[in-house]
Amino acid sequence: MCTYVTEHVEIAGSGKGANGWFKLGEASVYFDHPVHVPLEHSLNIDFLQPELGPSARVAVELDVASARRLAEAILSTLSQVPKELTQG
Amino acid sequence: MSNQMLAETIEMEGFGGDQIEAYYARPLGAGPYGSVVVIHHMPGYDEATKEITRKFAYHGYQAVCPNLYSREAPGASPDDAAATARAKGGVPDGRLVGDVEGAARFLRSQSASNSKVGVIGYCSGGRQAFLSACSVEVDAAVVCYGAFIVSDPPAESPSKAKSIVHLAPNVRCPILGLFGAEDKFPTPQEVAQLDAELNKYSKEHDFHIFEGAGHAFFAVDRPSYRPEAANEGWQKVWTFFGKHLGG
Repeated sequence: MCTYVTEHVEIAGSGKGANGWFKLGEASVYFDHPVHVPLEHSLNIDFLQPELGPSARVAVELDVASARRLAEAILSTLSQVPKELTQG
Repeated sequence: MSNQMLAETIEMEGFGGDQIEAYYARPLGAGPYGSVVVIHHMPGYDEATKEITRKFAYHGYQAVCPNLYSREAPGASPDDAAATARAKGGVPDGRLVGDVEGAARFLRSQSASNSKVGVIGYCSGGRQAFLSACSVEVDAAVVCYGAFIVSDPPAESPSKAKSIVHLAPNVRCPILGLFGAEDKFPTPQEVAQLDAELNKYSKEHDFHIFEGAGHAFFAVDRPSYRPEAANEGWQKVWTFFGKHLGG
């Protein structure tokens, strides 16, 4: 099944790809066939910098439970940080 | 028969005269050989699809697989290219038709060609193989679990693909359809709808729905692989192309 279900998120940060670190501008979150993880479908995240071309990509493919745990861990971590560090 | 073959990356002329990358495999005898255009699945112009292309050469066909993502991601690895193309909603239909036309032209121009050209596609390529059967001068087409032929993708999908069942009257060659009973895209009901539509216009076709198989049952590098369905499917492909391409 090619679901094509995708969310694009504008992001700011850096990622480390095959050629070292680069500045990130966008993330794609989608549920579809993975390339590597041995599942029929996975939750995939591509961290991208479109200006640098298709190879500027840090990719992860997660099973559903892992994806949920990761999302919760991100929000949980941020909630534990003093507010003055996460504002702005 | 020497069984010698050659497989290599080439450039060929696609839609709009663009030079695009392609993978070309063929037997090294004098021929004449039938030819096959291999349309890769949505994950792209990858190692598994190149293996399929070589499989056709092993069976006595000239085969070419155009890299449909050449324009979005020249020189990028197949997975990076597929991610880029996917984010843009896939390959536009008009461009696909032009690329398959270019591949068929390239194959017919080879000295060992018998001038017969078939097309086979998997996953999104299955829909594109049907589109090719309606729009390109080909002699036979194999549709492997192509979705969104009789129905549009879900509304939330960014896919540019739309139903193309209205093109059924334009089908110009025999079609072999290979589907999985457990597939959801397309469902067996959608396969039945397409079957009925082709019957309505008296278009020659032969559809098979394999029990115990879902989407991508031919994909040997994925957990969806179902050897029984795939082996039986391949036998049907050899019989079908043998009849229509003289391979």
